Amino acid sequence: MVVVDRPEGALTEDAVDHVVIVGAGQAGGDLAASLREMSFAGRITMIGGEDSYPYSRHPLSKTFLREKKPRSELLLRPEETYERFDIDVQRGVRVVSIERENKRVLLDDGRIVDYDALVLATGGSPRTYPDDSLADASNVFYLRAAEHADGLRGHLTPGARLTVIGGGYIGLEVAAVARGLGLEVTVVEREERLLARVTSPVTSAFFAQVHDEEGVVLRTGRSVSSFRVGPDRRLTAVVLDDDTTIETDVCLIGIGLRPDTELAQAAGLEVSDGVLVDSTLRTSDPAIFAIGDVARFPSRDSGETRRLESIPNCTEQARALARTLTGGTEPFDAVPWFWSDQYDMKLQVVGLANPSDVVIVRRDPDRKRGFAVFYLRYDEVCAAEIVSSPRDFAIAKKLVHQRAIVDPGKLADPAVPLKDLLSKATSTPAVS
Amino acid sequence: MSDKSKVVFVNGANRTEVEVLVGTSAMHAATDNLVGGIIGECGGDLSCATCHVFVDPEWFDRLDAPGVDERDMLEATSEEPTEFSRLSCQIPCTAETDGIVLHIPESQ
Repeated sequence: MVVVDRPEGALTEDAVDHVVIVGAGQAGGDLAASLREMSFAGRITMIGGEDSYPYSRHPLSKTFLREKKPRSELLLRPEETYERFDIDVQRGVRVVSIERENKRVLLDDGRIVDYDALVLATGGSPRTYPDDSLADASNVFYLRAAEHADGLRGHLTPGARLTVIGGGYIGLEVAAVARGLGLEVTVVEREERLLARVTSPVTSAFFAQVHDEEGVVLRTGRSVSSFRVGPDRRLTAVVLDDDTTIETDVCLIGIGLRPDTELAQAAGLEVSDGVLVDSTLRTSDPAIFAIGDVARFPSRDSGETRRLESIPNCTEQARALARTLTGGTEPFDAVPWFWSDQYDMKLQVVGLANPSDVVIVRRDPDRKRGFAVFYLRYDEVCAAEIVSSPRDFAIAKKLVHQRAIVDPGKLADPAVPLKDLLSKATSTPAVS
Repeated sequence: MSDKSKVVFVNGANRTEVEVLVGTSAMHAATDNLVGGIIGECGGDLSCATCHVFVDPEWFDRLDAPGVDERDMLEATSEEPTEFSRLSCQIPCTAETDGIVLHIPESQ
C-alpha cells in the first residue's frame, strides 16, 4: 500500500470542526451552502453586519431598483434553509477583531467565537466622495445594500433630474433604470470614456452611443469641482471642473468599491487592495481564508494577483474553498465572467481583457445593437464581450476556455457562425 | 389541490426528493434545499447556464417547450447537452410537474 502524504498545509478533515465565516453576503452564503452540499458535518457560523440573511446584490441596480418588491425576493435562499441545514447565521453583529494565536474572533456585542477555519468574506464598501459637504445629504446615494436601493428608488420620480457620478457598471445600470422611469439623467465620468477601467475603447464607445440614444447626457473627462448643498441638507447642483452646473434632484455616486480589509490588516495578515490569498484561497495564516470581493488571488495565466467584484467569482471561490475545507486540494482556477443589464441589452463578459490585446469587433447589422468584441492574446481568444446574444456568449465562453486560435477575419464577420470557429478537437468528446 | 409540488433530483446514485411551493422554479427547488450540482450563479436570469439538468424522458414532453434564449444558453453548459436538456431556472414547479425527475450533470 502506498501512503500518500497530504500536501503541506492541507487541512485534515478532523482538523476542521468549526468554520466561522465573517460576512453574510453572496460569498459567505454560498460557502455555507456549498459546505453542506459537500456533506461537511462540522459547525458553520456566519456572522453578518446587515440585519438580513444573505441576499443577491445584483438586482439592486436593476430590477429591484425599478420596482419596489419585498426584500425576501432578494434572498439567496429562504431563511428556513439555514436552520434546516444547521447553519448558524448571526445577523446585525460585527467581528471587531481576530485573535489568531487563540483562533477566536471577538464580536461587537462582547461575545467570543472560536474557530478551526476562519473565512473572511467581508466584501467591500462603496468608495465615498472625499467631500465633507455631502455628509448626510438626504438625496445623495451610494449603492451596495438593499436599503440603499430602497432609499434611491423613493427619489426616482418622472421628470426628476438624476446626476450619476461615475460611468462604471453601477452608474450606467442606474442611469438606464432611471431613463426607463422618465428621469432626466446626466452621467459624469472623470476618465475620457465610460467603463474606462474595465473595457476597451471600442466597447466604451458602443455604450456611450447607446446611452446617448436613450437620452442620457454624458459628461466624460470631467470631474466634480463642487457640490451645492442647501440648508435643508439637500444637494441642489453639481458643479464640474469646466464650470458647468448640473441642477440635481437626486444623485448616485458609483465610483468603485473599497475592499473591507480592516480586520485582516489589524490581525497582521498580508493585505494589499484586498486580502492576499494563495491559489487555495488561504491567507498568510494557514487557518484563515478569504473569498469574494475582498480576496486578492494569484491569476494563473499572468502570474499577477487580481481581485474581482462579481457574483460568479463569489460563487466559484465559495465552491472551491468548500472543496478545500472538505479535503480537496485543487487550486481555484475559474475563468471570470459577469453580466450587466442596461435598457433592452444584456451584456455578457467572459475573461479579462488587457490593454495590449488585439481587439476584434463583430457587428451584426441585422440585429439592433448587435455588437460583440473579442480579445486575442498571442492569437488566442482570451476574453469577449457579447451584447444581447446568449448564443454567441455561449460559444464565446467555450472559445475562451479552449484558448482557441481563430482566424480574426472570420471572427469579425457576422456571416460566419461563431460555432464554426470552435476547435473540433476539444469540442468532440474523446472516444474511449 | 395541494399548493406543493414534488421534484426528484438524481445525481449519480443519490436521489433527493424535495417539496416546494407551486410556482417555484426547479432551480430554486434545488438551491433552496442545497441539492448539489445545480449552481444557478445568475440567480435565474438566463445568463449563466449553471443550472443545467437532463429531464427524465418520461417527463420531458410534459413541459412547455424552452424559449429561444434558453435554447441558446443550453449551448453554454459545462456538460454536453442532450435532447432532454433544460435550464432548471426555466422550469416552474406546478401541479402538472408534481413528481418530476431531473438528472444533474456530473461536471457542473
